[in-house]
Amino acid sequence: MENASKENGKSLATDAGLYEGPGFIATKTLNYLKTLEAESIQIFREAAAEFARPVMLYSIGKDSSVMLRLAQKAFYPGKIPFPLLHIDTSYKFPEMIEFRDRYTREIGVELIVHKNQEAVDAGANPFALGTQKCCGLLKTKSLLDALSEGGFTAAFGGARRDEEKSRAKERVYSFRDSFGQWDPKNQRPELWNIFNSRINKGESIRVFPLSNWTEADIWFYIHLEKIPIVPLYFAKEHNVVIRDGSIVVVYDNSVVLKGEKVQRIVCRMRSLGCVSCTGAIRSDADTVPKIIEEMISFRRSERENRVIDHDEEGSMEIKKREGYF
Amino acid sequence: MSVTANKEAWGGFESFIDQNLAKELLRFTTAGSVDDGKSTLIGRLLHDSKSVFEDQLAAVKKSRINRSTGTVDFSLLTDGLRAEREQGITIDVAYRYFETPRRKFIIADTPGHEQYTRNMATGASTANLAVILIDSTKGVLAQTRRHTYIASLLGIPNVLVAINKMDLVQYREDVFLRLQKDFEALAKQLAVPHVVAIPISALMGDNVVARSANMPWYHGPTFLEHLESVPLRVETMSDSVRFPVQYVIRPDASFRGFAGQVASGVIRPGDPVVSLPSERKSRVRSIATFDGDAPEAFPPMSVTLTLEDEIDLSRGDMLVSPALPPRVSRHFEAMVVWFNAEPAEPGRSYLLKHTSRTVRAKALKIRYRVNVNSLVQEPVDHLQMNDIAYVEFETVSPLFFDPYTQNRTTGSFILIDPISNATLGAGMIRADLSDQTVTEDSAHKPVTASERYKRHGHYPALILVEGNPALAARLERALFGEHFEVVHLSGEDTPVSVLESQFKVFESTGLVVIYSCGSLDPDAKRRLKALATDRFFDLSALDLPVEERDAVPKIFSLLQPLRSLADKKGQD
Repeated sequence: MENASKENGKSLATDAGLYEGPGFIATKTLNYLKTLEAESIQIFREAAAEFARPVMLYSIGKDSSVMLRLAQKAFYPGKIPFPLLHIDTSYKFPEMIEFRDRYTREIGVELIVHKNQEAVDAGANPFALGTQKCCGLLKTKSLLDALSEGGFTAAFGGARRDEEKSRAKERVYSFRDSFGQWDPKNQRPELWNIFNSRINKGESIRVFPLSNWTEADIWFYIHLEKIPIVPLYFAKEHNVVIRDGSIVVVYDNSVVLKGEKVQRIVCRMRSLGCVSCTGAIRSDADTVPKIIEEMISFRRSERENRVIDHDEEGSMEIKKREGYF
Repeated sequence: MSVTANKEAWGGFESFIDQNLAKELLRFTTAGSVDDGKSTLIGRLLHDSKSVFEDQLAAVKKSRINRSTGTVDFSLLTDGLRAEREQGITIDVAYRYFETPRRKFIIADTPGHEQYTRNMATGASTANLAVILIDSTKGVLAQTRRHTYIASLLGIPNVLVAINKMDLVQYREDVFLRLQKDFEALAKQLAVPHVVAIPISALMGDNVVARSANMPWYHGPTFLEHLESVPLRVETMSDSVRFPVQYVIRPDASFRGFAGQVASGVIRPGDPVVSLPSERKSRVRSIATFDGDAPEAFPPMSVTLTLEDEIDLSRGDMLVSPALPPRVSRHFEAMVVWFNAEPAEPGRSYLLKHTSRTVRAKALKIRYRVNVNSLVQEPVDHLQMNDIAYVEFETVSPLFFDPYTQNRTTGSFILIDPISNATLGAGMIRADLSDQTVTEDSAHKPVTASERYKRHGHYPALILVEGNPALAARLERALFGEHFEVVHLSGEDTPVSVLESQFKVFESTGLVVIYSCGSLDPDAKRRLKALATDRFFDLSALDLPVEERDAVPKIFSLLQPLRSLADKKGQD
C-alpha cells in the first residue's frame, strides 16, 4: 500500500497512515560484534573485487578460524573466491595439521601448503639458529617465496591491532614493497573505509580484516557462531617440560634438553605457533565459555607465551619490517 | 580486558554474553603531542580502567626510558614504534582498544604536529567523538584551532575538551572557566555541535577515571564517564537508501546477488530501488545472508540483495531509493586534505575512488586554502603536503553522491596517483556544480524555477498550520536542519491576501512556506489549495499527535514526495 501510493507521487498530503514507512527517521543500532563483522565483510569484498590474485594466510589458529567464517559470510551463497595458504614450518602441533586438513575439506576451500623445504632439510631449528633466524627462514622467507611463486597480489592476514604495539599502527591495507617489506613511517593514509588497492608489479598488499577485533571479540564470536577451533585451545593433560619459565608441550622425547624433566600437566594453548616456541598455560578451561571466563579474569596478554616476541624490545616490529605477518 | 569482571553479577554465562553484546561501540580520536600529555592521558585511561595487561605494564616499568616526571611513564604504553619511543614523538595513527562494563572503545591516537595533519584526518575520518587537549598553562593555541578545525571538517559530531595539567595551575576553577570560555568561542566559530569541557590532570589521574578530590568545584562527569554516556547518533532516513555494489555474487544460474554495505536508509524486501547510473527500476526480492534471509538491512550492515528484475548491475553501481536519490554529477566541489609531497595543481589528472567506484578526475580550480592555524582562507595555485583546500573537480563519468555533512560514506572520496599509486588526498564533497556549468549559450539566460528546485533538492510547498505557532516554529527548524529552503510566515505579520498575491514568487524561488495563523476561512483555504495544488499540505486535516515533538517526524514523512526530483524528470 505504502509503496504503491508513494510511487504515484500524488495525494499523499491527506494520507496520514505512513508513519512507519517511507520518510520515517529510523534509529537503528547494530551491536558491536555485528558492526565488526559487517566491517570485516566489507574489507573482504573490497579486496576480492579489486585484486587480481588474492590469497588468505591461514595459520590454523582461532583468528584464522574467525577470518574463514567471515570470508564464508562475505561471499555467501557463493564460495570463497580465493585459496588459503598455510606456511608450514614443519614444527607445528600435529593437532593443527589434522584440524587444517579436515576443516578445509569440510567447507570446500582450496588449500595451498608451503614449506621452506631447503631450510628444513638443512636442519633449521630454533635451538641451532636462535628463534629470530629460525622464524626468518621458516616463516618470513617461506611466506615471501610462497607469495611470489603464487603471483599473489594481496594476502589476507588475521593480525589484530590489539595484539602488540607495532601492530597498533598497521593499516587495514598494509602496503609491501617488491621485497615484501613494511615501511612503518611511510604508510598510505587510510580514511573512512575507502581502500587504495592500486599496486605496481612486484608490490603487494597485506589485508587485515580483523584489525579492529580484540581477543575478547574473537572468543565471543567463536562462541556465538559456534566456530570450530583446534582442540589445543581446550585444557587437557599433556606431557610437558618447563623451559625458561614456559610450559612447552613435548611430543617426542628427542627434543627434551639436558636437565629437563618431562611431567604431566593440565594446560592449554592461548595462541598457536610452533611446538617448541609456544608455551602452554596452566588452565582447566575445556569449553569456550570457560575460556572466556578465564580470559576476563586473566591479566596477561595473549602473546606473552610466544618466545619469539620477546627476543628484544621491539622485536615484532623488526620482524614485520622484514616481511613477517 | 575489563569485560564485566564480576562473575557473580553475571546471572549465568548466556546473560553475561547478552549484556556484553548490548554494548555500544564508541570510536574517538585524540590529537596532540607529548608536550600536552596526550599519550599520558591515554596510558592513564587504559591503566585506570584496568585495560592494561600485567606483562605490558611490567615491560613499561622495566623500560630504560622514562620521560615523565611520575614513577611510571604511561606514555610508553601507547608509543608503539622504536623511533617513537626513542625520540618521544608519535609518528603515525595508533589504534587502541578498551572496554568498560558500559561501552567498547576504539581510540585513534594521532600525532598533533602540523606536518601530521594527514594522520589526524585519517584518525578523525571514522570517529564519533574527538578529544581536544588544552594545556592549562598555555591555553588555546594554534594547534588547538588546528585540531578542532580538523574534527569539524571530518564531521565528528562530539568534541570533548580535556583541560589538562590542572595540577600545574593549583586546580583553580577560574583558569578552567576562562579556558572553557575561550574554547567555546572557537567551537562556535567552527560550528562544532556538541562540546563538553572537563578539567583533568592526566599525570596525577584527576578526573580521568576517578573523580578528583582536588577540584571539588567541578560537578560534571569525569573523562571516562563522559565517554561512557555521550549519546551516539545513529539515525537514518528510511528511504534515503544508498547501497554501493561492491561485488556481484553468482554461484550458479539461479542466484544473482549484489553484495555491499548499506551506507544509509533501511532496505526491506519489496522496497522499490533504482540502480545508478542506468536508472533502471526494480524491487528488492530478498536480503540474503549466511545466517538466512534478513527482514531488513540498515547501516552499517553488509548484506547481499537480490532483485525482482534481471537488471544490469555491477561493482561501482549504486542502488538507491527512488524517493530520495543522491546527486548524479560529474562536476562538484569538495574540501580536500592533501597528503603527498608532490604538490596538487589544477589541471592534473587523478584517480578518484568514491564508494566502490574509481573514476578519472581533474582538479579544475583551487578556490582557496585554509590556514589550519589561523583558519584564514588564502588564495593559492597549488597545494602542498598537509594543506586543506576548497577545490572544484570534474570526473570523466558521474558520481552518485550526497554532501559529506549528510552522508559520510557517499560524501567522501580519496585521490590516487595513477602512476605511483600513492594515496594523494582525501575529499569531502560540499556541493554539486552540475547546474552551474555556464556555457556561451546559457550565459545570459534567466535562472529557471526547475534549476532552483534541483539545487535545493526539493520542490516548493505550502504548509498550513492553524492555531499552533509553536508547531510551525518547530517544523521550520526541523526542515531547515534537513536542508530544506524553508520560511515561516505568521498570519499576524502577513495577512492571507498578501500570501496569496506573493505565493507565485515564493514558489518560483523554490521555497517551502509554512503559514501559521488562527483559524482560516474555507474560501481562503480553497484559494490557497488552488495556488499550491498537490503541494498544499493542510495539517489541520490530519490526525496528528498532541506533542509537537512527535508530530514533526510524521509531518516529515508526508513531505517526502517533495524530494522526488528524479521521478519527475522533464516534468517541469
